[in-house]
Amino acid sequence: MNRLLTLTMMGAAFAMTASASVQAQDDETVRFGVDVPYEPMEYRDADGNLTGFDIELGNALCEEIGIECEWVVQGWDGIIPGLQSRKYDAIMSSMTINDDRREQVLFSDPYITPPSAWFIPTDSEIDDVSEEGLDGFTIGVQRGTLQDNYATDMYGDVADINRYDTAEDLVLDMESQRADIAFLDFPVGKATLIDNEEYDYQVIGNMITEPKEYFGDGFGIAFRKRDEALAERFNEALETLRDNGTYDEIYDKYFSM
Amino acid sequence: MQALSEWFTELLADNTIFTAQTLGYYGSGLVTTVQLVFLSLIIGLVLAVPLAIGRSSQRRWIRTPIFLYTYVFRGTPLLIQLYLIYYGVVFFDGIQETWLWVLLEEPFVPALIAFTLNTAAYTTEIFRGAIKATPRGEIEAARAYGMSRRLMMRRIILPSAFRRALPAYGNEVIFMLHASAIASVVTIMDLTGAARFIYARYYAPFDAFLFVAAIYLCLTFAILYLFRYLEKRLLAHLKPLEQ
Amino acid sequence: MIDLHGYGPRLAEGALVTVEVAVLSLVLSVILGLLTASAKMSRSWFLHRLGTLYTTVIRGIPDLVLMLLLFFGGQMGVNVITDWLYYQFDIDIFININEFVAGVLTIGLIFGAYMGETFRGAFLAVEYGQIEAARAYGMNHWLVFKRVRFPQMMRHALPGLSNNWMVLLKTTALVSVIGLSDMVRIASEASKSTREPFTFMLLVGAVYLAIASVSEWGFARLQKRYSVGFGEAD
Repeated sequence: MNRLLTLTMMGAAFAMTASASVQAQDDETVRFGVDVPYEPMEYRDADGNLTGFDIELGNALCEEIGIECEWVVQGWDGIIPGLQSRKYDAIMSSMTINDDRREQVLFSDPYITPPSAWFIPTDSEIDDVSEEGLDGFTIGVQRGTLQDNYATDMYGDVADINRYDTAEDLVLDMESQRADIAFLDFPVGKATLIDNEEYDYQVIGNMITEPKEYFGDGFGIAFRKRDEALAERFNEALETLRDNGTYDEIYDKYFSM
Repeated sequence: MQALSEWFTELLADNTIFTAQTLGYYGSGLVTTVQLVFLSLIIGLVLAVPLAIGRSSQRRWIRTPIFLYTYVFRGTPLLIQLYLIYYGVVFFDGIQETWLWVLLEEPFVPALIAFTLNTAAYTTEIFRGAIKATPRGEIEAARAYGMSRRLMMRRIILPSAFRRALPAYGNEVIFMLHASAIASVVTIMDLTGAARFIYARYYAPFDAFLFVAAIYLCLTFAILYLFRYLEKRLLAHLKPLEQ
Repeated sequence: MIDLHGYGPRLAEGALVTVEVAVLSLVLSVILGLLTASAKMSRSWFLHRLGTLYTTVIRGIPDLVLMLLLFFGGQMGVNVITDWLYYQFDIDIFININEFVAGVLTIGLIFGAYMGETFRGAFLAVEYGQIEAARAYGMNHWLVFKRVRFPQMMRHALPGLSNNWMVLLKTTALVSVIGLSDMVRIASEASKSTREPFTFMLLVGAVYLAIASVSEWGFARLQKRYSVGFGEAD
């Protein structure tokens, strides 16, 4: 029996090491973690290529610095752990800068500050987004986002909150009327709901950027805490792109109304 | 006891994750899980009895459709069945305008339907096996008493089959409890849904998932002991004699 | 022919991923199962307890919860080690617990517990007389295992193994929840973007049934092989 034990032990140990891929880090390229689809910030075009505001800006930043960019797709749930485990070197994926996340990662300067907004079908019965106004309705959010945190704390007692893995799942449930109102980053809601051809949606209430403890200071690129030099290089490049007009070019491509 | 509760309060005061609010999520998650599993098991059981009798029928047109049903539902992942029912019902035109939508609008009901159909398929096969294993002698004795097939089914075959099915059915109950974790993929805040929410909010996988794993473990043991007790009571006549 | 809206090739890739996950977790679970069976039959009190603890705990936790724990928690656990290596020795390695690794490890770990029970029962079912006879021929432990215990054990283990494989196959669908592009995930993406859940979900269901049927046939043949000399397979 002992022989069997040793043999199987060895087999198991081998299987474990073989399946956990070990690879060294490359200095020449910066790998970005990104969660898709989150239109228009990051999504796949018809040919399956990654595109969107973050992707184009990220590539432009790398070009400015003079390094290679690589994009690694990662679900939102595991995006910060993935950075810490060096699956990639930075996150550029519509990540809002806030205090909770500052404890985990190092942020660049904000590169865009989009508001959050409420979206409803045009024939909805909802006419205001106060606590009373949403009493008994179902709010759809993406799990683990700041909209999730805000909606949970502000409306958790009066409304049902449905949490989805992706914005796309939420859109589907809006169409089937399982969710009554969606709370999303404005550009995302615009691209996925307002620009939807088959169904009519509208924004209700104001654009929301306050309170800061939830909505933070805009989107930043997240780095590992020890990579201060890298973050500084991106901050400088961002500054340059804002000055030379490249930033505005990309911005207009995605956000001109 | 005093010391224990003090230690526990201290432990709770010292962490940022297990607050009253998150424990509340786990609590209502527990309720949802238990409701979902209990209801689907009960309805599945009620469906399975006639299906199992039909499955053992001599007539092909009764037997075959039931066989196909159990074959398909036992041969494909429950996750696919759940997706199909959750996203599929939406595509019946105008369903949103009917009274059915009141039920189907909540994710709970499509999940309940999927779980019920799934467990009914497994339970049908468990009962069929138990019915098939009825000792010939019992049937012959019943016939000798002049019982009709119906009466024999009710008084002899089913009661003895239920007892024989008990251990296998206990496994099915545990299987269902574990399978119910996938309800969280269609936004249901069951135990697993609560854990996923808390993980996403605090990035604390060990706290969120180990805690919920412990709850499932306790539930599993509770079911295990319940069935062991039932077996002891109901299968006492099958126990080997003590030497 | 059904219209797959151009998702055909990706679905085929997904089916391949499903089969890969299933086969690799089967291998891992058989290895763990043999280990567990050995531990549970061992004379060492500690090994026996360890085996029992493993099978009891694993079988009490839902597969999805275990998978989420391993996928999210496993990465953090590994990070602690790699970070320590980095700060202490400036060794920068990167161990990736991706969806694939987490999926295979979890499924292998779960079914290792079930396989353990199957193998233990099967080893115990081999008549002791056979082993004594083999020893009387002067065979050493390893030869007894290779020529007598293992082939005989397999005859008893096959029905359980086949059963475990069928359940394992369906469990692979869960890797889609942690984001691996297996055929369930691709079908669900396809059905969401084309708004045709029936086409894709039914297709994937049919593929599962087909794999199950093929493996049923394969196991029947194996059973025949290991039952040589025993007449009808029991």
